[in-house]
Amino acid sequence: MSTAAGTAPVLRMEAVRKSFGTSLVLRDVDLEVAPHTVTALIGASGSGKSTLLRCANLLEEVDDGAIWLDGEEITDPRADADAVRRRIGVVFQAYNLFPHLTVLQNITLAPRRVHGLSRAQAEVQAGELLERLGLGAKADEYPDRLSGGQQQRAAIVRALAVRPRLLLLDEITAALDPELVGEVLGLVREVKEDGMTMVIATHEMAFAREVADQVCFLDAGVVLERGTPEEVFGTPREERTRRFLRRIVEAGRL
Amino acid sequence: MTLHKTPAVVEDGYAPSERRIARERYRRGRTRRATAIAATSTLVTGAVLFLLITGSPGWTRSKETFFSAHYARVALPQVMEGLWLNLRLLAVCGAAVLVLGLLLAVARTLRGPVFFPVRALATAYTDFFRGLPLIICLLMVVFGVPALRLEGVTTDPVLLGGGALVLTYSAYVAEVFRAGIESVHPSQRAAARSLGLSSGQALRFVVLPQAVRRVVPPLLNDLVSLQKDTGLVSIAGAVDAVYAAQIIASKDFNYTPYVVAGLVFVALTIPMTRLTDWVTARMDRRRAQGGLV
Repeated sequence: MSTAAGTAPVLRMEAVRKSFGTSLVLRDVDLEVAPHTVTALIGASGSGKSTLLRCANLLEEVDDGAIWLDGEEITDPRADADAVRRRIGVVFQAYNLFPHLTVLQNITLAPRRVHGLSRAQAEVQAGELLERLGLGAKADEYPDRLSGGQQQRAAIVRALAVRPRLLLLDEITAALDPELVGEVLGLVREVKEDGMTMVIATHEMAFAREVADQVCFLDAGVVLERGTPEEVFGTPREERTRRFLRRIVEAGRL
Repeated sequence: MTLHKTPAVVEDGYAPSERRIARERYRRGRTRRATAIAATSTLVTGAVLFLLITGSPGWTRSKETFFSAHYARVALPQVMEGLWLNLRLLAVCGAAVLVLGLLLAVARTLRGPVFFPVRALATAYTDFFRGLPLIICLLMVVFGVPALRLEGVTTDPVLLGGGALVLTYSAYVAEVFRAGIESVHPSQRAAARSLGLSSGQALRFVVLPQAVRRVVPPLLNDLVSLQKDTGLVSIAGAVDAVYAAQIIASKDFNYTPYVVAGLVFVALTIPMTRLTDWVTARMDRRRAQGGLV
């Protein structure tokens, strides 16, 4: 990679292949994510979006192909998976907050135990983030007492608290009602403003269109079509992309 | 742990890349190295222990007293005969303990003021029998009940001893079950109730299946412990494996029969543990999605 720092991709995938048992979930997927850009992965359920994200975070071991984070091959068996994950934040569809910890403790866990911040430092930093993202009053609540939208926002703050190089969002609004979807997506928009590099698997096409710099349409484990939102949503080349988007429009989601 | 899978799907046109082949070669190398290290350290530890024990000044005497082949041959049939009693006690008491323990645990989780006496009784029972030393409970039941000279009540030490074991162990097991029930997230109950299931149905079809699965290892712990404690019925004169060994040992001052009895007990628990491990692992595999981190 000879390109100057700043334009070299944060995340790069080459011919990534992954199967579970006899089902091939990802088939030679290539992807490049430039710094400070947002990539939206769209496609039907089961098209491989979540698996792609899980591979990027080394939660799944790829069968073939390679993934680079900031030019370092993370799929090399010699790579330190924990060190890689320290630089990547993940937000899950089901929030995955720790129910036995308060919101503040959920957020300060990794900064304190993994990144070596003192309790005071971590709490100040978490407090600022919570305050800015409108969750200041909920710092000492336990996750089960928050609404879905609040839980998901807390989960985003938890992922941001370690200042990751890359943020992966896995259908983070799929479990929320429309009102709360807006609240969570607003937060993602703000995170983008701050220049965070993100890969987002989503069913929210309007949101993908608005926030993404690059849209990838996955179909049966293959990136069938990619481009700017205008290209993919406006003038899709592939028949299957058109069919997928038509169904979405019919469902009133675009 | 790394599993080496050959490509599950042989797709037309797909051949593993150089990269994949190199990666798998590296991983195989690592596995070989780990295996070699494990084997070496096991051998070294074994050799050191062997030399330490056989080199000790009293080894020849100890060997005769504890590991005599002659006494082992003499003791084995009698120990096995005694073991049959342990096994029968384990089967009957184990079943009774599981049922009674589960009932007690469920009784303690009943909600509503109507059930206060039930809850209070179950709590008092577990508090009392969990705290009471097993040996005292056994002595009270095995010698106390016959002393009452009640008509129609057995004086058989095996039956009474078994009863005492059930009293104590059901209190332990009840707490294990209760911990399992309380570990199931309240949202599961809420989901079950929202489907129209009654409180009892929610417990029976949603909460208990999850709770029981989680407490299988500690339950097995208690069952193994029960298996060994079945030997305590010998205080009233019933001849179990340990007592059979003791009879021979005290006649000839040779402790080999104890070693034989001990090994027989160990040999009994191992298959049971492996079986439950296998069952739980299989259940996990069917449930989990994706890989483990």
